[in-house]
Amino acid sequence: MNIFSSFVTFKPFPSVSGAYMHEWALAESVILAAVEAALKEKLKTITQITVQIGELQQIEKEIFLFALKELAKLQKPIIKKNAFLLKTEKSSLSCKSCGKSWKYNDMKKKFNKTESEAIHFIPEVVFVHARCPYCGSPDFEIQKGRGVVISSIKGVR
Amino acid sequence: MEPRTSVIEKRLKNVKRIIAVASGKGGVGKSLVASSLALHLANKGHRVGLLDLDLYGPSSHIILGIINEIPTEEKGIIPPTVHGISFMSIVYFTEDKPSPFRGVDISNIILELLAITQWGNLDFLVIDMPPGIGDETLDVIRYMKTSEFLVVTTSSKVSMGAVGKLLKILVEMKKPLLGVIENMTMKDSLYIEEEAKKLHVRYLGKIRFDDNLEDAIGKTNRLVKTQVMKNLTTILKKINL
Repeated sequence: MNIFSSFVTFKPFPSVSGAYMHEWALAESVILAAVEAALKEKLKTITQITVQIGELQQIEKEIFLFALKELAKLQKPIIKKNAFLLKTEKSSLSCKSCGKSWKYNDMKKKFNKTESEAIHFIPEVVFVHARCPYCGSPDFEIQKGRGVVISSIKGVR
Repeated sequence: MEPRTSVIEKRLKNVKRIIAVASGKGGVGKSLVASSLALHLANKGHRVGLLDLDLYGPSSHIILGIINEIPTEEKGIIPPTVHGISFMSIVYFTEDKPSPFRGVDISNIILELLAITQWGNLDFLVIDMPPGIGDETLDVIRYMKTSEFLVVTTSSKVSMGAVGKLLKILVEMKKPLLGVIENMTMKDSLYIEEEAKKLHVRYLGKIRFDDNLEDAIGKTNRLVKTQVMKNLTTILKKINL
């Protein structure tokens, strides 16, 4: 077994509380970015943060929301407990060679656990583990649905 | 809004120094210098991280013989520590398959790796850079603002032609430059030293071409005894490393 196939031993969702997940790191980036933006806009309270979650990243929403709420507790400006609105962004992949488009969900059954887990961590490795389902080209692009993006922040001054 | 950029500073908060081993040209021995530098610092008792950012052709894991290692997951991902080095590479995610990434993908991967990797407390984070002054170099300059650059070239005019361009852009951007290492030298020449002087960049010295190096690849116990490591150690002393 080499280094790479051993990646399969990565436990996808090992913790009970969800506090030790990869989702935590992404939640932390959302909170820090929202606080930065709120300070810039002189908001005293953040009432809503809308987060778009790309299909490719396969975020476990429950864990992500738990992490967001935990991390929001000690922030200034204050982030309201129920401020988080999570929306899934459907994916769209498009082949640069034949021009056809498809969704990640259409192909995800073809990935083994290791590959799927790798795409969860780094969505761009989909280019490593997949090919265009129509022409077999490795030259395709992610048009939509990559990862975590803040689409809006609302608050009061 | 892109949230990942906001967390990078926090991830690197407890890293004292970042040293990017770079070159304008491929095949000059950056990965060997970066891996040997990380090993040298770890053997001196420092807490060391090594980030292989050569996303198309990662090779630090081959040089250091890192096999059967995986990161662990804890509020992000924690790189495994091998030979005293916390090691992070795209190979954990690619299974060493070919990686056809475009520029925008490269930037996204670097952002993701920087946002989710928990380095902890490090004295040094060494970055094995890919060649050139493309996305990876610009992203390191942008997101890892305290990076100091250690530039590698061979004795060839062809190599120095490209390396000179990297040096000029680093000088223009006022980035800290530790100096230039001349690698794989086969005869005595002052050419690289003189070129470095013209660019007002410190010339650090030569690493002689080592016929026996290949036998030490993947075997750190042999790597530390090579002529390459001896030459590199002499060079590193000049910059207090």
